[in-house]
Amino acid sequence: MSTKTNSSMSLAKPDSQTLSKTQKIAVALGIVGLFIMALTLFNVDFPNKPLFLSLSLGLITAGTIMFSNNAYLTKQAGIKNDGVWFKSIASRGLWGWALGIVLTLFYIVLYFKAEWLGLAADGGANGGLVALFDPLSRLLNGGPASQWFVYGTLYTVAILVFGYKFMLKYRHNRYEQLRTISVMFFQLAFAFLIPEFMARLNSETFSLPYYDLKNIWPLNFYNFDKYRVDSMIEAGDIGLAFLIFGIVSIFVISPILTYKYGKRWYCSWVCGCGGLAETAGDPFRHLSDKSQFAWKVERWVVHSVVVFVTLMTTAVIYSYLGNDSSKYWLTKDVFLLGVAGLLTVVFALVMLFKRKELAKDAQYGAIGYFVIIMVLIGMHYFSGTKNVFLVDTYFLKSSYGFLIGAIFSGVIGVGFYPIFGNRVWCRFGCPMAAMLGFQQRLFSKFRITTNGGQCISCGNCSTYCEMGIDVRAYAQKGENIVRSSCVGCGICAAVCPRGVLKLENDSMNGRINSNDILLGNDVDLMDLVNQK
Amino acid sequence: MEHIVIIGNGISGITAARHIRKLSDKKITIISAETEHFFSRTALMYIYMGHMKYEHTKPYEDSFWKKNRIDLKFGLVTAINTEHKSLQLENNENMQYDKLIVATGSISNKFGWKGQDLKSVIGLYSKQDLDQLEAIAPNNEVCQRAVVVGGGLIGIELAEMLHTRKIPVTFLVREERFWDGVLPRGDADMLGRHILSHGIDLRLNSNLSEITSDAHGNANGVIIAETGETISCNLVGLTAGVSPNIGLIKSTAIETDRGVLVNRYLETNVKDVYAIGDCAQQREPIGNRKPIEAVWYTGRMMGEALAQTICGNRMAYNPGHWFNSAKFFDIEYQTYGWVFATPKKGYAHFHWKHDDGQKCITIEYQEASNIFLGINTFGIRMRHEVFDRWLTEQRTTDYVIKNLKEANFDPEFYKTFEEEINNAYKYQFKMAYR
Ligand SMILES: Cc1cc2nc3c(=O)[nH]c(=O)nc-3n(C[C@H](O)[C@H](O)[C@H](O)COP(=O)(O)OP(=O)(O)OC[C@H]3O[C@@H](n4cnc5c(N)ncnc54)[C@H](O)[C@@H]3O)c2cc1C
Ligand code: SF4
Ligand code: SF4
Repeated sequence: MSTKTNSSMSLAKPDSQTLSKTQKIAVALGIVGLFIMALTLFNVDFPNKPLFLSLSLGLITAGTIMFSNNAYLTKQAGIKNDGVWFKSIASRGLWGWALGIVLTLFYIVLYFKAEWLGLAADGGANGGLVALFDPLSRLLNGGPASQWFVYGTLYTVAILVFGYKFMLKYRHNRYEQLRTISVMFFQLAFAFLIPEFMARLNSETFSLPYYDLKNIWPLNFYNFDKYRVDSMIEAGDIGLAFLIFGIVSIFVISPILTYKYGKRWYCSWVCGCGGLAETAGDPFRHLSDKSQFAWKVERWVVHSVVVFVTLMTTAVIYSYLGNDSSKYWLTKDVFLLGVAGLLTVVFALVMLFKRKELAKDAQYGAIGYFVIIMVLIGMHYFSGTKNVFLVDTYFLKSSYGFLIGAIFSGVIGVGFYPIFGNRVWCRFGCPMAAMLGFQQRLFSKFRITTNGGQCISCGNCSTYCEMGIDVRAYAQKGENIVRSSCVGCGICAAVCPRGVLKLENDSMNGRINSNDILLGNDVDLMDLVNQK
Repeated sequence: MEHIVIIGNGISGITAARHIRKLSDKKITIISAETEHFFSRTALMYIYMGHMKYEHTKPYEDSFWKKNRIDLKFGLVTAINTEHKSLQLENNENMQYDKLIVATGSISNKFGWKGQDLKSVIGLYSKQDLDQLEAIAPNNEVCQRAVVVGGGLIGIELAEMLHTRKIPVTFLVREERFWDGVLPRGDADMLGRHILSHGIDLRLNSNLSEITSDAHGNANGVIIAETGETISCNLVGLTAGVSPNIGLIKSTAIETDRGVLVNRYLETNVKDVYAIGDCAQQREPIGNRKPIEAVWYTGRMMGEALAQTICGNRMAYNPGHWFNSAKFFDIEYQTYGWVFATPKKGYAHFHWKHDDGQKCITIEYQEASNIFLGINTFGIRMRHEVFDRWLTEQRTTDYVIKNLKEANFDPEFYKTFEEEINNAYKYQFKMAYR
């Protein structure tokens, strides 16, 4: 579908979509909360940090709650998209760009200039914003705050308060409510509190790396780095359990859950990136690009990231394994052959059993990538070059961390919410999503069922699909939606005014149906046309 | 190469063109004076409400047409010469055709009310109507009250649209209940309450007498026939139904009545001229269907059937079981099979409603045999495929009620009401057989 829209940069609104008085007060409270934080950046040193930190976070929370209550509880439950395209902030207007730029700058500073936020140089005391969070950090993990602690706290607060807002917005929809509670829980407990408490357990003799248990490789692409693996092994049974859990979650837990429920079990029920996108990012979901061209770009970029992360992780693990099989069975060679073998098995199974379900370019892509990886492994194996995959492991890893880990997932992924929509990272950059999506498309019970001939082609579903899926293109043909990128947020089904879409898990048979003529027609005609 | 010309780029004309392209290599031209590209008329309301931009309502990317070699012509057809098989366009351009498909859609009804042609009196049918609405009623300062005349599907959409811009709406409905020519009493009553709960000034049993004008020829009020009351307003929406847009056809050899008359093959009386969609009128009615069916799905289905005929596989328009859907503010509505406002002789209704005033169902069935005729469902989504099958299998209402779960299409984790409905059904029958 076409998405070229004429966004007005005007601040005047075409209608009365202005904020109510209560909403204005709520916004003011939130801004005061943010202002307190901003002051610390100008070296205002608050005397009572716990008080001011609480005040700041409290005001932001109170403001959001007040705003949401006024925006949604004053109206009857139902779809709340009135005026979305008239709001400057939600339609790439002036406020949208302003917010995008502020967020982007914040991420750049966070990743590359943390000292500007007040992060202490070695050994010194924190200043500025980071120092403001010291009391909370001490309370949770016993140590001073880092820029990542500040970020983690703000991230969690954002998911919690905007999660509350989202739940009010969809208070008529239990699916939306439950999955929002779920992401709020996983963010608070697994991503935030548990790792901080775990850090408390660390001592001279016992140390676990920071581990957010719900993060699965390749999302936590660093999980099998030498220092992490070493410290997990050294931490004895618990550490080993973590290591094993990390591997089991990739090869066992995730495939089973994805088979049963589709990738949504992770992307919109558990994941933190998804969590932020679905809560704080919800007001921007309609900004995703639905063009065929964007879909093409998406497929190439996201699968390239998968290849990149696979090569990188393989190289990293390879680099620290030994050569002597009498010391430890997992040597460089065994590992490399193992990786090659595993990839070959997956590739062969897909090509043998599922080729029909892949589009032409997907087949070419799969073959191309497979050949490249195999050639690289082969070259290394037979020529004995020092660096696996031709380039230096360190270089591979640092460029992945920079390009994908920082620029893509942070700066573009979140900073550009108001420009490209809330799931840019999930759609174009996340290797985890790509791998789960691959399975979802080929081997899962999940689909979005289309309700016979009821679609009126209105376009609400496509417009509000944050993954840029042109849902209508399927619905108006009576075809089920089985797309690898679908994160199962359920919003397309919610906004459909005709009750056409339903997310469900059912048998694999007939999951992908392609119709030329829809239900409601003469049965003979349907048979005639659809059988061809 | 045979040249197929289609007048009208709505759902019916577009569907015909797409399917002709799938089946053949013929040259296809679509002419429209409304918009350059096909858009979804049913989504007009969402543009004004700010849910979507006009661009989002286009079901195909602009490049689609060229890629599929479907020529688009933006312009008004002013005359048809069936003898020479040619059309004349606004700018006097001529176009030859080998086969002509008339898919000109509808126009809004006007019943000769005094003042109906004043400025700031609009219908809601075309993109132009929407642009006009945007100009007259951008917000509640420029438009301090609007009056919507005619209690049907488009009327309630217009009321909801204006409501989202906080413009007070008076909604004149001629009947005793909202849409009660179609809906049974229980359903219509529930909707009436829902409309009121949104703060719409719903006036039942109210006919429009005349529209008054200010010095500049703008409507500034309406007078209600029954009470003589004048309601001052800045916008009058006339939404008392639509009728076939056949002004162009009337002066040709093509036979018309209220619409363009067609047989079951969608052929008119003139060879190589066909009519589909809102503008077509069936010579012989099909089942319980009206001879003119102004809904989205039937336009699409006619397009699909006609494409077969045009490509050499002569095929009658033969729709399956009736279905439809709509949304009234927050309440979704679907219907499968037939439920009439008052049951036909020998038929009866079973009605269940939920306490929250947002959900209800009505089932029509044959009393003697208990055979299920159709269902109206409000606030609960149901599966088309399942009801279509049950209707074909001529299931009894007992069976339908017992298996209602199978037809549920609500999102996962939603509260279900099958048990409650089942109990209500049993109770009604126990009372009936006492
Ligand atoms: C606001 C609204 C909401 C609706 N909602 C629903 C709904 O929810 N469900 C449903 O089933 N139906 C709905 N309908 C009805 C549905 O939209 C119509 O039945 C359907 O669009 C008719 O399609 P069509 O192809 O017959 O004609 P149209 O879509 O009307 O297309 C006809 C086209 O032909 C053009 N044309 C006519 N004469 C000429 C000429 N001389 N030269 C050039 N061009 C010409 C017109 O400008 C128009 O663009 C709704 C209608 C409206 C107005
Ligand atoms: S297709 Fe629907 S459920 Fe899937 S991501 Fe898009 S909006 Fe969400
Ligand atoms: S599936 Fe629903 S929302 Fe999507 S185009 Fe069809 S009617 Fe509209």
